[in-house]
Amino acid sequence: MTLVASIGRGWLDGVAAARESLAVLGETVSEAAGMVLHPRRFRLGDCALAFQRAAFDGLPVSTGVGFLLGLVLAFQSAAALKTFGVESYVADLLAIGLFRELGPLVTAIILAGRSGSAFAAEIGTMKVDEELDALTTMGLPPVRFLVMPRTVAAIAAMPVLTIFVELAGLVGGSIVMRMMGVPTSVYWSKVAATSTVFMISFGLAKSALFGLLVGLVGCCAGMRTKSTADGVGVAATSAVVGGIVAIAVVDGLVAVICYFWGV
Amino acid sequence: MSEGPIIRLEGVDAGYPGALILENVSFSVARGEIFILLGGSGCGKSTIMKHMIGLNPVLSGKLEVAGLEWSERTRAELCRRIGVMYQSGALFGSMTCLENVLLPLEEFSPMKRAERVERARALLADVELEDAADKMPAEISGGMRKRVAIARAMALDPEVVFLDEPSAGLDPITSSALDDLVLRLRREKGTTFVVVTHELPSIFKIADRCAMFDKARRGMIALGTPAALRDGSDDEFVRRFFNRGEIHG
Repeated sequence: MTLVASIGRGWLDGVAAARESLAVLGETVSEAAGMVLHPRRFRLGDCALAFQRAAFDGLPVSTGVGFLLGLVLAFQSAAALKTFGVESYVADLLAIGLFRELGPLVTAIILAGRSGSAFAAEIGTMKVDEELDALTTMGLPPVRFLVMPRTVAAIAAMPVLTIFVELAGLVGGSIVMRMMGVPTSVYWSKVAATSTVFMISFGLAKSALFGLLVGLVGCCAGMRTKSTADGVGVAATSAVVGGIVAIAVVDGLVAVICYFWGV
Repeated sequence: MSEGPIIRLEGVDAGYPGALILENVSFSVARGEIFILLGGSGCGKSTIMKHMIGLNPVLSGKLEVAGLEWSERTRAELCRRIGVMYQSGALFGSMTCLENVLLPLEEFSPMKRAERVERARALLADVELEDAADKMPAEISGGMRKRVAIARAMALDPEVVFLDEPSAGLDPITSSALDDLVLRLRREKGTTFVVVTHELPSIFKIADRCAMFDKARRGMIALGTPAALRDGSDDEFVRRFFNRGEIHG
């Protein structure tokens, strides 16, 4: 009976969380539409600050992870491809892998960990301190003030970070390939030959979509924060977990759609 | 401006969906009055205030502020006609005190930028905090934060200002200074104040009338001036509440 009750309670909590998130999403879409008509409503200063924290402050860790990712990928794939004597294809593998999939995916996971949790913690703390209530009673929608600038910042930051992650990954790969005797010029010319404008643009568009998910999930988690001792911590955790799950689900959907469209 | 009460509650059931806290509450607040919502912890006085400021809808009954009921249609107008100071002050930590006071002016006032800044500085001067204009909320004391919050609540010249536990966490001197500020603002601007508190010295200093709530009886148990409630109430709980205050006061 206790097990059934806890499953039921968990289910109801999940439904309530989904309903609240949908309400925030609906309000965000409504506010975004309103801002098209009234662009001055957009809090550009708050957005710039959130962009600075998400993009510039996150650059060292993202670039570092991208570089190591390229190193590891190159080592692992070179070992396997060497068996067939085609280790020079590591450059192709890295370019396709990073531009289409790993660059956006890894960057989004980093952003969810750094900025998604930060969004949830900032908004959650504001909720506990009654600042969201203060905005509401001043007639200022919290979604416009808090969710919109952060979500737009996350959307804008993702392609910037993704480019750095991808370039750092390719640099990492080039070091490994040079160690394996492949001239750097050969490696980069193979990367250039493999990479297409469509492939790079596709990856960047996907990264912007992931940025939208990270921003929305992080802000929704903050808006749902409960006024308990562990409320903000729980919100930050659910922002990271929810963000990564949402990224994985959407990435899978995009992969399936691309497969059927032959992209 | 109409001459009727600024706030009117008729048969209001207060609480949250699935959690009734107060039943059948009826009272009205006159314009220019300082009206206190009081009672023990958890009695529902903050819940009633949340209904009054439009954060939560009433469960049933009628609640009017400035002649209007809260709805999506009236929300924008009512938000401009009320001001709220929250228990913590609820200042935005990423903004200076001046920017906090400027915020409602920037969003709703037709004034030019320079005029808005001048007005915000004047509001800070009203609460004797013109020197704190460029400080962040984290750099000032709790009492100062509450005064900045009052300045922000007064920014759009609201008809009624709600104060949630203004004395909470303050020493008696700072608390008394805050009471003086409320009395002065009412005298100079004619603003109505609805104050949630259970601080008896503050109640006797500023209140015109009080509504007292009781958790056990889930309702309003007394309405009147503080002196009348202290000296003439038939209700034992009310007498105990006020007499304990006299002994400790």
